[in-house]
Amino acid sequence: MSHKYARKGHSSNRQRCAGFHGPPLSAMRIGMEFTVTDLACRRGELTVLSGVGFSVLPGNALVLRGPNGSGKTTLLRCLAGLTPPVAGRLSFESDQVAYAGHADALKTQMTVQETLSFWARVYGAAHTNAAIERFTLASLLTRRIDTLSAGQKRRVSLSRLVLSGRPLWALDEPTVSLDTNAVAQFASAVEAHLASGGAALIATHIDLGLRDAQVMDLTPFRADVDHTTLDPFLSEDAF
Amino acid sequence: MIALVKRDLALAIRAGGGFGLGLAFFLILCVLVPFGVGPEPALLARIAPGILWVGALLAALLSLDRIFQFDYEDGTLEVLATAPLPLEGVALVKALAHWVTTGLPLTLAAAPLGMLLNLPAQAVPALVLGLALGTPALSVIGAFGAALTVGLKRGGLLISLLVLPLYMPTLLYGADAARRGAAGLEASTPLLLLAGISAAAVALMPFVTAAALRMNLR
Repeated sequence: MSHKYARKGHSSNRQRCAGFHGPPLSAMRIGMEFTVTDLACRRGELTVLSGVGFSVLPGNALVLRGPNGSGKTTLLRCLAGLTPPVAGRLSFESDQVAYAGHADALKTQMTVQETLSFWARVYGAAHTNAAIERFTLASLLTRRIDTLSAGQKRRVSLSRLVLSGRPLWALDEPTVSLDTNAVAQFASAVEAHLASGGAALIATHIDLGLRDAQVMDLTPFRADVDHTTLDPFLSEDAF
Repeated sequence: MIALVKRDLALAIRAGGGFGLGLAFFLILCVLVPFGVGPEPALLARIAPGILWVGALLAALLSLDRIFQFDYEDGTLEVLATAPLPLEGVALVKALAHWVTTGLPLTLAAAPLGMLLNLPAQAVPALVLGLALGTPALSVIGAFGAALTVGLKRGGLLISLLVLPLYMPTLLYGADAARRGAAGLEASTPLLLLAGISAAAVALMPFVTAAALRMNLR
């Protein structure tokens, strides 16, 4: 089972974002298709997913759905290079993937400005303006992270995606603790990223209102594993 | 990488960073030992090199689990592992930050604290040089232990068990150098061996540490 998406309005998308000030995605990366073929990934010793195949074109987003435990996080971690795949092929290297997991990965003792500057230097981004603008962080810059609300922390954390300058965003439940406004803001940041030739894989349960987003349910790719032999808790019908 | 060094040092110095934890431990040990041993200057002078080295080693051990634990818990380690920096570089930087916050202050404090233990003045150069050469090994080897146990809650005990055997050569040669210095003997052989241990550990351990981190991030 494979999902293939038509290239649509791509050139006009690029024109539309001519005034975009973000870190430029390197020229060779733009226009590349992100294809995953027959991928199997595991979490710990357990193969969770197998036979996963899809393809995302630049300018498109793919929303991953599936009940808890269906392997969304496992897939995203595998694509980000944190877990080596058990089988299958990826048409891209993990250094093109910007991964944002459940945790905010922020240091409470640092200010927002320090956090952004630090990650900008790690990713070699020239400046932090684009990240600040996309997630409207200007008013928070001098605040320490531990004085921020959960939603504000989330915004700071997600702004790192912009700093990374990487073309494929792999987002694991990015809208947790965001309010309606912030969700809309996040959606527009994703759309700006798509418009500049990037792509996104988003595991989420809510509707982000992204235009042209494709949806893939991971349930059919669930690896056929006899869990009862692996996990003594499951054998007791604990769930 | 320089940014990471700066960030780690800044975090260590700010509230809750644990800078000075090792130093405070070292200080307390050196103040308490004379009370525990009793007023015998000759005995103190004889055991001072060993006490100072054991103290330095335990002080380094005390803060090992902080090297990766906080970054693991808040997700920073995952982001660093997927960032353009090589994980080996991250491991080395973390060990370096640990050394700057523990090994370096211990080295600088050893000479004044040696006076509390009636350490002969002629032993001071060998002791300080030995600590300067030996404590980097303590930090990089310790970072490996910290990387192995990073996923575990309260892995402190396990780190100690894993790391202490690996610390033995450093302790033996370090204390030997200080003893030889105290006796007015040539101390260059143990000092060279210490330098060799540190050089090998700094060169090799970051790779092992990075491999251990990758295992634990899976």
